Amino acid sequence: MTATIDHPQPDQPPEPGPTVTRARRTSFLVDIPGVTAADLRPIKWQLYLSLVGLLLGALMGILQALERLDVDLYDEVPLETYYQGLTIHGVALALVFTFCFGNAFCSLMTMKAYGKPLPSRALSQASTWLAWGGVALATWAMLANKATVLFTFYAPLQATPAFYIGAVFLVLATWAVLINLVLAQRRFRAEHPKDRTPLLAYTSLATYVMWFIASLGIAIEVLAFLLPWSLGLIDEVDPQFTRTLFWFTGHPIVYFWLLPIYISWYQLLPRQVGARTWSDGLTRMVFLAFLLLIPVGVHHQFTDPGIPFTSKAIMWVLTVAIFYPSTVTLFSVVSSLEQGGRAHGGTGLLGWILKLPWGNPSVSGQLLAGIGFMFGGASGFINANYTTNLVVHNTSFIVGHFHLTVGTAVALSIMAISYWMVPYLTGNELQHRRLAVAQGWLWFVGVLTFSRGQMMGGIEGMPRRTLINSAPYLEDNPSWEMANTLTGIGGSVMFLSAVLFFFVILRTIFTNRAAVGVMQIPVAEVTHGPRPSWRILDQLGIWALVAVVLSLLIYGELVVHYWPINPVSGGATLW
Amino acid sequence: MEVDRYERIWMTGSAIFVLSAVIAVVSSVVFHTAELPEPAGRIEPELVTQTAPFDEPGLHQRDDGSWELIYIGQAWAWTPAQVTIPAEARGEEITIKAASIDVIHGMKITDTNVNIMLIPGHVSEVDVTFDESGSHTLVCHEYCGIQHHVMGAEIVVE
Repeated sequence: MTATIDHPQPDQPPEPGPTVTRARRTSFLVDIPGVTAADLRPIKWQLYLSLVGLLLGALMGILQALERLDVDLYDEVPLETYYQGLTIHGVALALVFTFCFGNAFCSLMTMKAYGKPLPSRALSQASTWLAWGGVALATWAMLANKATVLFTFYAPLQATPAFYIGAVFLVLATWAVLINLVLAQRRFRAEHPKDRTPLLAYTSLATYVMWFIASLGIAIEVLAFLLPWSLGLIDEVDPQFTRTLFWFTGHPIVYFWLLPIYISWYQLLPRQVGARTWSDGLTRMVFLAFLLLIPVGVHHQFTDPGIPFTSKAIMWVLTVAIFYPSTVTLFSVVSSLEQGGRAHGGTGLLGWILKLPWGNPSVSGQLLAGIGFMFGGASGFINANYTTNLVVHNTSFIVGHFHLTVGTAVALSIMAISYWMVPYLTGNELQHRRLAVAQGWLWFVGVLTFSRGQMMGGIEGMPRRTLINSAPYLEDNPSWEMANTLTGIGGSVMFLSAVLFFFVILRTIFTNRAAVGVMQIPVAEVTHGPRPSWRILDQLGIWALVAVVLSLLIYGELVVHYWPINPVSGGATLW
Repeated sequence: MEVDRYERIWMTGSAIFVLSAVIAVVSSVVFHTAELPEPAGRIEPELVTQTAPFDEPGLHQRDDGSWELIYIGQAWAWTPAQVTIPAEARGEEITIKAASIDVIHGMKITDTNVNIMLIPGHVSEVDVTFDESGSHTLVCHEYCGIQHHVMGAEIVVE
């Protein structure tokens, strides 16, 4: 079943014949019935904004990498300080790149799952406008050096109101997507009261329900405290309390980065390697586990003086539990891949790995991202643990860790997914496929080198978020030198990879080569399910309620012990 | 619900792994007294320098013979910037108390497990024992403004 997308370009007649080189197509076919160009446009622009985030982040990244190699370019660019660039790096990558990709990807997956457009095109458009507006505001604030507060914006450091308003818009953009996904599920329920929610739609909705509950922490932090404080309506805030609200959101924000990627790994990647999704029921349970494991943010605050022992202990145990859904995912995804490798003639215990379609850049990028994630997850076990965290907290070890998780599992997967998604949304054929494959490998090698450097420095006590080559104590710690060299080289290789990525994507967007045939979203069939899995899994409303109650209980305990709030800090602008 | 046999084995193994990790860390807390910072009182950031014990930063031996090391964190320096741990304090437990007078700072002493945040409004307290002579760097590991990277101090153990 297909639908035709018409581009209003009547003065460009399509050339006849099966040739692939022709004037830009006036129309192309997609695999979702009834979907028009107007339905896809907000999704396309949401994805483009995501990639703008990646571009900004990469540009800041190369400045940071070169600084580690003693090459200081900050005087050559329109930035006042390293920390201004670091703020842009964090906001552009951790918030813009990831959020906007999730918005675009989960909207498209929901359309695909139900086989029709989303219920409200206006909401899709509103989401895209809010995201662009929010990013414009925050980017202005950061470029004007009025918000050099890093992406965690801890009080008492105080940014200009535009920065916080931009963040609010960006979060509202995600809520608009949630409403659309909820409306789509209600429409499906009304039309098919006896059917199971399709897995693709279920996982997209579960991601956004989780994120909505998680985002309430930052929403309260910004709307009740930081924004009024920045506007001068209140004089003082409690840095310990606002920071706790930040981390209520700040940990599950990681799930929000990762779950769209899990959707691809569970349901799209198997199809791309010629296999099936392993288990419908377990996939649903994994997404539910992340929904229930929202209240773990205090593991980012193990060394905070104001947080009681009980909260640290409870949230640490829940934190360790996060490994469980991820190890289940490891089995499911690898078993799908093995099916695919064996279907391509792979034999032996590991021989099937070589038979996977490594020549497809969308596949190879995601495979490498998955391998990087194994290192990322293993290193996460060190930061997550109550005691070993003391060795690495706020050191560059953490930076090494999350460049393997969000910086590889998520970022490299988004780039790989873009290799089919940009063609899908434009009707153009992917250009320079071999370069795209090389891009994924280059990122992989770069990030492993980078993280190796950051981790070894961190274990030796090197702080994160620090202009380290200008630190007077650097000479007392000669063991950090190797760490910085590896960081600098790895970071530079990652930047080269990003340059290749943008070359491939821009060539694809502006090419005259139209793709042949109907644009397809690769979605796999399921090996086990869905019928044998429990129907109660589909009642996301009930599970959301359980998640809210659990969060209230666990954070309620913290607040009761912490009370009263201790507003002692006016705003500080120390940059 | 249908779960494949191998997957069931894997899931059981994962559960055992996660549970053993919990047991291992709980034991390190119970039997080896590994501990995390706990609330040690509140303090007005503006009054830190006038409030005991922060009115006298540095290393002190209290009447009962125990050792106390007092730090004030501010953008962008530690007070005191240099501390000498005398030979008689080597191998003894020293209680570090620190507080910030302005923004959030972080305290990490290299080659030790001292790692604690300084958050305005709260006293940070952590114990440390220096067993060997040598020098350590006290770094600020939380971004605290444009000169964050110069915020370091030195601890020399005799």
